[in-house]
Amino acid sequence: MSASLVPTPGQTVGPFFGFALPYPGDADLVPRGHTGALHLAGRVLDGEGRPVPDALLELWQAGPDGVAVAEPGSLRRDGWTFTGWGRASTDNAGGYSFTTLRPGAPVGTAPFFALAVFARGLLDRLLTRVYLPGDEELLRADPLLSALPPQRRQTLVARADADGGLRFDVVLHGERETVFLAYPRTPPR
Amino acid sequence: MTPTAGRSGREASSDAAASTQEQISVEIAELAQAYERERTADPGAGERTKPLLDYGPYRSSLLRHPTFEPQLVDPEGVELLAPVFGHREVDPLEADLTIGHAGEPVGERIVVTGRISDADGRPVRDQLVEIWQANAAGRYIHQRDQHPAPLDPNFVGVGRCLTDADGVYRFTTIKPGPYPWRNHLNAWRPAHIHFSLFGTEFTQRLVTQMYFPGDPLFPLDPIYQSIVDQKARDRLVARYDHEVSRPEWCTGYRWDVVLTGTHRTPTEPGPDRDAKASR
Repeated sequence: MSASLVPTPGQTVGPFFGFALPYPGDADLVPRGHTGALHLAGRVLDGEGRPVPDALLELWQAGPDGVAVAEPGSLRRDGWTFTGWGRASTDNAGGYSFTTLRPGAPVGTAPFFALAVFARGLLDRLLTRVYLPGDEELLRADPLLSALPPQRRQTLVARADADGGLRFDVVLHGERETVFLAYPRTPPR
Repeated sequence: MTPTAGRSGREASSDAAASTQEQISVEIAELAQAYERERTADPGAGERTKPLLDYGPYRSSLLRHPTFEPQLVDPEGVELLAPVFGHREVDPLEADLTIGHAGEPVGERIVVTGRISDADGRPVRDQLVEIWQANAAGRYIHQRDQHPAPLDPNFVGVGRCLTDADGVYRFTTIKPGPYPWRNHLNAWRPAHIHFSLFGTEFTQRLVTQMYFPGDPLFPLDPIYQSIVDQKARDRLVARYDHEVSRPEWCTGYRWDVVLTGTHRTPTEPGPDRDAKASR
C-alpha cells in the first residue's frame, strides 16, 4: 500500500513536559518487590558524556511469555495488571529507572524492550531497542544486531549488573552514540 | 564527528543566550537557502517532511542530535503494536483544561479539535492524546519557567483524552501566550500547544507542537524553522474554523494529525494478540 498522506512533523518535547507527562507509578510496570521484578536503569548522555537531566523515556514490551499485552491501565496502575508500557523521566544526573518484568520472545528470537527517547534539544523522538544480554547465540542471529558493526551493536545490548538488574545507557550524539531505528514506513527525510 | 561538534562548548549547548536574534536569523536563512539549493540540485529527492535533528540555531540540539543515519529495520513483535489506554484511566473531564478550579482561567477560551489518522488515511481510534501548554500570559507551571509573567490560579495547562471511533480528539482550553526562552538574546517562542500522540504501532509514536495561524514569531523561531520545508511547517499550524466556534462561548481551531503508516495490513491484528482486548 502506498502512503497517500504526508505525516505531521515532530517537534521537541521541550523543557516543560515535567508537569504534564510524568505521573505516579509511571516507571513501575510492576510494583517493586513483585515476584520476578527486573530493574532496568541507566543514564541518558549527550555528545560529551554529560547527563541529560531533561529527557523522557518510554518503554514498551511483551510479557515474560513473549506475548504483547493489550491491557489498559498504564496511567492508573492497579498493582496487578501488567500493561507492558511505562514512562520514566531522567533525574539531575541523567538517570532513569524502570521496574518491570523480563520480556519474552517467540522461540528462536532475541527478546528486547522497545524504547522511545524524548529530550529538550532533541527535535524529534528517537526509537531504539534494548536487547537482553546472556544468550549470545540468539543475539548473533538477530537480524538487526547482525547487520551492525560490533561497536555499534553493543550499544543495543543491556549489561547485567551485580544485583541482577540491567543497565542501559542512551547516548544521543557522538562516537558512542546509541543505534536509533527507522522502519520501512518512516519517511526517509 | 559532525561539523557542529566543534562549536559544542558548555555555553553553546546550554541556556547561555550568547547570540542575538539577528545572528540566529542569519543562520536560519543560511540553512533555508541550503535546502533550496538541495531541492534545485536534486528535485527527485523529494521534500523534507521532518525537522533536521542537527539544527545549529537551536543551540540545545548541538550535542543532542544523532550523527549516524538511523538503522533501517523491519518492525518485530511489540513494535507492530501500541499500548492500549482506556476510559478507566482517562476521564472525559480531562479534555477541558478550563475547569476544575475555583474560577475561570484568564484568556481566550478556545476549542481545539481534529482527526488523527495514519498515512493511509485510517482513523486512529480510542487512542491517548496528551497536551500541555503555557497559560494566556505565556507562563508554564514549571520550576524552570521563572520569567515575570503571572501564573493563573485557575489554569494548569495539562489535558488528555481518548480519540473517538472516527479518530477525533477535542480539547477546551485557553489560547497560550508566546513566551521567552534562553536559546539566544530576546528569544520568544511562537504560541503553541504540545501534543503527544500514539498510533496503533510503536513505530508511529509522535510528540510535536501545534501552532496558531499567522504568528509573527514563526520566522524567528529555530524550533519551528528546524523543519526547513514550508509545506511541512504548515502541517503544524492549526486553522481557525468558525464551525468549531460557539456563540458567546469560545473560538475554534482545527488541526488534523497524520501519523506514519503502519506495517500491518488492515485485516491483520498483529502477532500474538487479538485486536483490542476488553477495556
